[in-house]
Amino acid sequence: MEGDSQRASASWENGTLAPGEHLRSDRADSPLPGLVEGTEPGAGQKSAMFVHAQSFEDLTAEAEEEVRREAEINKSGDGEEELKVLVGEKEQHSSDMTSESRTKEEDVTSEAWRSHRKHVFVLSDAGKPIYTRYGTEEALSSTMGVMMALVSVVEAEKNIIRSIQADGCKVVFLTKSPLVLVGVSRTCQSDKELLRELHYIYYQIVSLLTLTQLNNIFKNKQNYDLRRLLAGSEYLTDNLLTRLERDPGLLLSAVTCLPLASSTRDTVSSSLQAAKSKNLVFSILLAGDRLVTLLRKKDQFLHHIDLHLVFNLVGSSSSFREGEGWTPICLPKFNTAGFFHAHISYLEPASELCLILVSTDREDFFNMSDCKKRFMERLSKRSAYPALKEALKSPTYSVEQVGIPELRHFLYKSKSSGLYTSPEFPDVYKSDCEQERLMGLYQDLHSSLHHPTRPLRYVYRCGDTENLLAWVTSGFELYLCFSPLGTKALAVAAVTKLLKWIRKEEDRLFILSPLTY
Amino acid sequence: MGEKLPKVPGDPDTLSRPMRTLRVKMVLLGSSGVGKSSLALQFCKDEFRRTSPTVGCAYLTQVVHLREVTLRFEIWDTAGEEKYHSVTPLYYRGAHAALLVYDISNRDTFIRAQVWLRELEKQYLSGSTVLWLVGNKGDLEQRRQVSAQEGQSLANDRGLFFTETSALSGDQVEQLLLGVAHRVCECVGAQQGALSEWKETPHVDLCHRNTFNPFASCCKVGP
Ligand SMILES: Nc1nc2c(ncn2[C@@H]2O[C@H](COP(=O)(O)OP(=O)(O)O)[C@@H](O)[C@H]2O)c(=O)[nH]1
Ligand SMILES: [Mg+2]
Repeated sequence: MEGDSQRASASWENGTLAPGEHLRSDRADSPLPGLVEGTEPGAGQKSAMFVHAQSFEDLTAEAEEEVRREAEINKSGDGEEELKVLVGEKEQHSSDMTSESRTKEEDVTSEAWRSHRKHVFVLSDAGKPIYTRYGTEEALSSTMGVMMALVSVVEAEKNIIRSIQADGCKVVFLTKSPLVLVGVSRTCQSDKELLRELHYIYYQIVSLLTLTQLNNIFKNKQNYDLRRLLAGSEYLTDNLLTRLERDPGLLLSAVTCLPLASSTRDTVSSSLQAAKSKNLVFSILLAGDRLVTLLRKKDQFLHHIDLHLVFNLVGSSSSFREGEGWTPICLPKFNTAGFFHAHISYLEPASELCLILVSTDREDFFNMSDCKKRFMERLSKRSAYPALKEALKSPTYSVEQVGIPELRHFLYKSKSSGLYTSPEFPDVYKSDCEQERLMGLYQDLHSSLHHPTRPLRYVYRCGDTENLLAWVTSGFELYLCFSPLGTKALAVAAVTKLLKWIRKEEDRLFILSPLTY
Repeated sequence: MGEKLPKVPGDPDTLSRPMRTLRVKMVLLGSSGVGKSSLALQFCKDEFRRTSPTVGCAYLTQVVHLREVTLRFEIWDTAGEEKYHSVTPLYYRGAHAALLVYDISNRDTFIRAQVWLRELEKQYLSGSTVLWLVGNKGDLEQRRQVSAQEGQSLANDRGLFFTETSALSGDQVEQLLLGVAHRVCECVGAQQGALSEWKETPHVDLCHRNTFNPFASCCKVGP
């Protein structure tokens, strides 16, 4: 092992989170490991893979001051009436549904349209519709107009409107000039969670266009119809919204790995490391939505949001299965101004393994293609490739393996590595609907742990259908779901046992020795 | 005929004397949804499958054997969406062949193909580039908005070749690729050194020996 001195935790924003050397020696046998960041199970040995992973806060930080100033804004007055139009009174909108272009055609005057749990709208500063999750933007232009009216009324009063509550609906606004994003939700998510989701949507749009381009467009023509540029990519935003409901990684600001013997992972990583090129910044090997390995240029960190945008891009399109893809992509947490160029291809036609090579040079296609060939050449000479393919057959594990009878499911995130692990959903939560319900419960707990003014370190909740425990330390974040028959004492005992199990398995479940070129 | 379509294995004649393999850069241009990716898939894998819209650009290769020479088509299948417009010159710059694809059941795409044509004529292409107008979705006869005559007369006026295809049924697709191959040889190949020679790189070779060949799908290297 190379020296601990290289630990990049020292390079995190303020450097104070780096664990002392004395703590690192406790790694193996600490009874409750990981109370301190850098020693928790899953913490990398040499360097963090991502920009500092506590980024849930940096997603919403700007929003927070406002929230703190006034927890909820101005419910009365003009707002309320207009809001009813938005969230579902029986008034009819005029709408001519002429466009056949969207498959998600849906009558925006219908009950079904109103009853969706979460609507998301994006409009320009000038009030032009850009995106709607359900129905078509054309049909919604009157609704969008109402939203703009709300935004401008409140902005004129020097308030930045954040959220309005009415009729069991919450409306949240995010102004990110030149865009305005609006979420209308019937869920019980907090403002902060909803804002987090709107931020993701914002970054999704920026990643297609760059912020520089967005600003230029609207500077030149305030009335520009941005749908022209986003045409054909709406499905990325649609899919991202679905992921926000289902994928714990987006909630935890973390990424999960394909369980893999560390020796195999190390071989794959070093094969990828050898296939470098001057302008290659990141090499990412994915198995579905799981990370196999990630290589980066020294001193360049990928943000988990950018990585999730890459996951979303790859997961949403079957087009990369034909030949080799080459596409501009902006990684907005890295740089909102410019495009990277990503070479995207599957290792084999029917394989889950997808390689993404990110270069700074748009003319680098053949270099990237060559890097892939060199990687494949190295990999296929070693036994690691069959081992990797074998591991694809069991991309997840069952909670029974942990050996805690009352435990049904859990999410565990190592803060310093930005990686999380979680077993597959047990039978009780197999259906989409139950899965989303459980994710909703986790989101609730997450909100409590990350409350802007009164964050909790520890939550225990008993319910009819399950008991939940959440715990955050400076090293990890842990969410557990127990059968409703369990007791609090059992739950607390389970934590110790689970942490021990994760420690034992951490080689397989996490990337402990990330490499750089 | 001594030439073969891609899917036919090499005959003894070509095996006995080594033939040169020349690289041909071909770009597919046109509105999104006209069937560029479906055509590319037909060229390279002889199949039709529904896939999602192309993100950025896709690169595929296919080898075509002619009597005198083997051509390795390096196909750039562009997305055709406006947001990628600024990078498209990357793909048509230096192309030996450009297919301007439209959908015969959608007049807008025919107009759009002419916009592409103007851009090509104005900007980057030398006279030796083979330009081919392709009216795809020929199977949608009952929804036709652009007649074959219209396509043909545009082609005549502007000095393009013209074919109607169906990527769905495969109709005229092989003929199109072969036609392009011939024209490229005539128009471009006449100029000495206009096409560079393709050399198999050692690592591809190695993959063959290992029986594991991740590139086999898109790169059938000729006999
Ligand atoms: N009927 C018919 N449909 C086609 C044909 N070629 C492509 N399509 C369909 O048209 C849509 C767009 O095709 P695609 O190849 O993705 O178009 P591209 O955007 O130009 O690459 C897909 O749904 C295809 O299945 C064709 O020849 N006939
Ligand atoms: Mg396409």
